[in-house]
Amino acid sequence: MTTATDTLAVRCTGIHKSFGEGEARVHVLRGTDFDARTGEMTFLVGPSGCGKTTLISVLGAILSCDDGEVDVLGHDLRALSSGKLADFRLANLGFIFQQFNLLPALSATENASIPLVARGESVKAAETSAREMLESLGMGDQVHKMPAQLSGGQQQRVAIARALVHSPRILICDEPTASLDAATGNTVMGLLRDAALAGDRSVIIVTHDNRIFDFADRIHHMADGVITHIESPDSSREDAP
Amino acid sequence: MYRVALRMLLGDKTKCLGLVFGVAFSTLLVCQQMSIFFGLLGRASSVVNDVREADIWVMDPSVKTIDVPYPLRALELPRVRGVEGVAWAVPFFKATVQVRTHQGMLENAIILGIDDASLVGVPDAFVVGSIDDLAEPDAIAVNPAGFRLLFPGEELDVGRELELNDSRAKIVAIVDAAPAFAANLTIYTRYSLATQYTNNGRNQLSFILAKSADGTPPEVVAERIAARTGLKSVTSQQLRRESIMYVLANTGIPVSFGTVVILGAIIGVAIVGLTFNQFVMENIKQYAALKAIGVRNVKLLFMTLGQAAFVGVIGYGIGLGIAALFFSTVPKKSDALRGFYLLPEVAVGVAILAAVIVILSTLISMRRVLTVDPATVFRG
Repeated sequence: MTTATDTLAVRCTGIHKSFGEGEARVHVLRGTDFDARTGEMTFLVGPSGCGKTTLISVLGAILSCDDGEVDVLGHDLRALSSGKLADFRLANLGFIFQQFNLLPALSATENASIPLVARGESVKAAETSAREMLESLGMGDQVHKMPAQLSGGQQQRVAIARALVHSPRILICDEPTASLDAATGNTVMGLLRDAALAGDRSVIIVTHDNRIFDFADRIHHMADGVITHIESPDSSREDAP
Repeated sequence: MYRVALRMLLGDKTKCLGLVFGVAFSTLLVCQQMSIFFGLLGRASSVVNDVREADIWVMDPSVKTIDVPYPLRALELPRVRGVEGVAWAVPFFKATVQVRTHQGMLENAIILGIDDASLVGVPDAFVVGSIDDLAEPDAIAVNPAGFRLLFPGEELDVGRELELNDSRAKIVAIVDAAPAFAANLTIYTRYSLATQYTNNGRNQLSFILAKSADGTPPEVVAERIAARTGLKSVTSQQLRRESIMYVLANTGIPVSFGTVVILGAIIGVAIVGLTFNQFVMENIKQYAALKAIGVRNVKLLFMTLGQAAFVGVIGYGIGLGIAALFFSTVPKKSDALRGFYLLPEVAVGVAILAAVIVILSTLISMRRVLTVDPATVFRG
């Protein structure tokens, strides 16, 4: 559990999102409300198909919603063009994916340096920062290895380094422990918790893995496109807003 | 990000090699075929090229190419000489003749008869002997390719005798004439001898070679000759062009070579396009991840173009290098390809073609990169 500063990093209100046309139309988000605070680890849990991925895609500035308000770090995402959204992601968001999605042809350092290189930093400076980040994650002796030479846990650490190297304000993690064993999963969650605390950032985690629920400050339970209730670390239950 | 793009490309060595091979193959095929094509077209006018002294050619009005002359009356020569602006005019004979060696080798040859007095019309480069040797009795000069055709495996030399239509001819010189379109063996001899060797009948003058007087453009003099004599009179440049156009219009050569060139380009696009598309599809998740991180589409477009440019430059370089190696070695050893070389214009043209191939292939694949939903990275 971290110490929240009670500053809202994300505030989504009444989000609607559908896919498809006509009879094939699927209403995934049905007026969903969601918020995440700075310095806090917010979990989003629920059964498959309930809309978790769609929700983090919307608040991650990857997917636009059909209706509702999406305020991330004080920016109305619905008002931004696709190019501006890309810039916003690069400047403010870090992503960790279930399948890591590392570039297989790049070393750990090169993978971790991508956001900085994409922002226009020199390769040398970017790789120096990436190496420092990897060292801080206990990967100091693996910096030159290729993803195929790393274990699942090590690959996820590289992915965490890539997500943190440009000091994003919000970290969005999709099933970060799904491909890891319990011990490695705990280590990774510890790293993410430290990242949330150290960087004064908001960490949003989508997960099915109830072994890591103890790391959460708040757990948003989702079903059928809406947040049904919010669970706090002391097990007290809040109604969904 | 170009470095990231290149590392992605080089990381998949099989596809990288496939892409380079596709561009290199197309470049080599098109370079080689285009150069041979232009070499063949050059042969269509090689006789004209080898006559350096004259700048005007006079012929029967029905003649369309250097290779199909129609005899003129002998009295046309003094008429041409009398036209204002003509510095000099000499007869030029061209025909085909059968040649036999004492060893029984039989070949078809182009025989060119030059003015007995001035010996105008022979190329100025002699490999063995000299132009003065053509003044000897029964003297002929042959080109190196022709000599090797008649005497395979033997060193170029003079003194050998040939039989031309039952008449004796003696090789007194080897002249560095370019191979002609119609035959590899070209014989130069005096006009009077050439007409004896061929027994062409009463009218034997194939062409009249003329030189415009100093200060008078050859085009103007050629027009005057045509107006005064009723004959066809053109500059060397015009006859060269007309002879090439005749080959283009009346043979299957352009279609044949054009088909190979088009196939080369299509195969290039197919190999490069399919391989590149496969490469993009296999890396689509990585492209989606880059988009999710915040890499803009335009940057991804330039990354992909960077990959294509890398493949294009390397493939083009290899293809061009092999083509250059081919033309710098094979024509020296093969008379069939003698005088063929890699034209700079062909190299530039094929560079443009290679660029088109990689850009087309990139654009086909880019559509997938540009439209991939970054949210797919969340879908396991």
